[in-house]
Amino acid sequence: MGPRVRERDNEWTDLMRSANAGDTAAYHRLLKAVTPVLRAAARRGLARAGQPVDQSEDVVQDILFAVHLKRHTWDASAPFAPWLFAIARNKLIDALRRRGRRIFVNIDDFSETLPGAQAEEALPATEVTAHLNGLPKRQRDVLQSISVDSNSIKDTAAKLSMTEGAVRVALHRGLTNLANKLRGD
Amino acid sequence: MKTDDLIRILASDRKSPWRVGNLLTVALLAAVPISVAAFFIEMGVRPDIATAVHNPFFDLKFAVTISLALSAVALSLHLSRPEATLRGVALILAVPVLLLAGGIAVEMMLPQRVAWFTRLVGSNSKICLTAIPILSMPFLAAALVALRHGAPARPALAGAFAGLLSAGMAATLYAAHCTDDSPLFVATWYTLATLLVVAIGALAGSRVLRY
Repeated sequence: MGPRVRERDNEWTDLMRSANAGDTAAYHRLLKAVTPVLRAAARRGLARAGQPVDQSEDVVQDILFAVHLKRHTWDASAPFAPWLFAIARNKLIDALRRRGRRIFVNIDDFSETLPGAQAEEALPATEVTAHLNGLPKRQRDVLQSISVDSNSIKDTAAKLSMTEGAVRVALHRGLTNLANKLRGD
Repeated sequence: MKTDDLIRILASDRKSPWRVGNLLTVALLAAVPISVAAFFIEMGVRPDIATAVHNPFFDLKFAVTISLALSAVALSLHLSRPEATLRGVALILAVPVLLLAGGIAVEMMLPQRVAWFTRLVGSNSKICLTAIPILSMPFLAAALVALRHGAPARPALAGAFAGLLSAGMAATLYAAHCTDDSPLFVATWYTLATLLVVAIGALAGSRVLRY
């Protein structure tokens, strides 16, 4: 493991510890920081399996969902990167399997990847978008409102005439529902 | 949806999730009354329980089943983490195995009224093979519900350990009914019953514990 990778891993671990302590900004920063690494690895994994790499964004979003919904399984005394890459591998294998491929995913696809300059694919529709339309209206409204840059929980509550508590509940339920739909439940 | 937008949504969700361990504790505690009720309705404790408790071989059954249940709980929780492997931690299962092996060794050295093969066959093998799997089902269901909250890398393996912990808890109940106290009987029939539950757990886990 190179020094840059080690430095990156330490930074992620620190961010995740702050996130667990309630630092939302640190959590946001962490998710932004891991995304390019996940994207590069997803593209490589898809390419190796002979799958179109333009599906990589679906895989990335799938991984991010799992990271978020399983974040309590991270042991705060352990480094963050191995945990993240274990989830990423699981989701990539899952994605390939759903596309009818049984592929062994190389561990190095993830662990040695440094954030590249790879930009997000400019594909408008992802699996998440497709499933978003299947959510109850309230949950969909909340998710769409929060996804707009300037809207916080507070703004969303005002805009939709809901309490902040109700927005938080709808947000969490919407995310859980989306994740289940992505898994094909 | 753009990934940046998704990240913004995820970061806004600050509902702190339950730890898998807490959920497993609550789920198993909820299953206890169901299995205990089934136990008392269908079999109950053996009639000579008051004298049996003074028999170290009777007590050993509980040491074995309880240590089996506890080590399987610990391993199930460990395996609920995505990056966990069994390397180095599976040794904890040696506790119930060594207790049972020690019991067999001691019993072999003591003078016995009945031959070892008769003690092994016992008189409760059939009920043992049905009671333990049946009493373990509420625990297995509870454990699987709780472990779904985790992120096991190998769902079938995690399910197998859920089966193991359920069998350990069920066997702890059943041991109070069973009049066969020979460690040879326990090593044979309790183990067979446990393996059956482990297989059921693995099968169920491979379906419901994927994340």
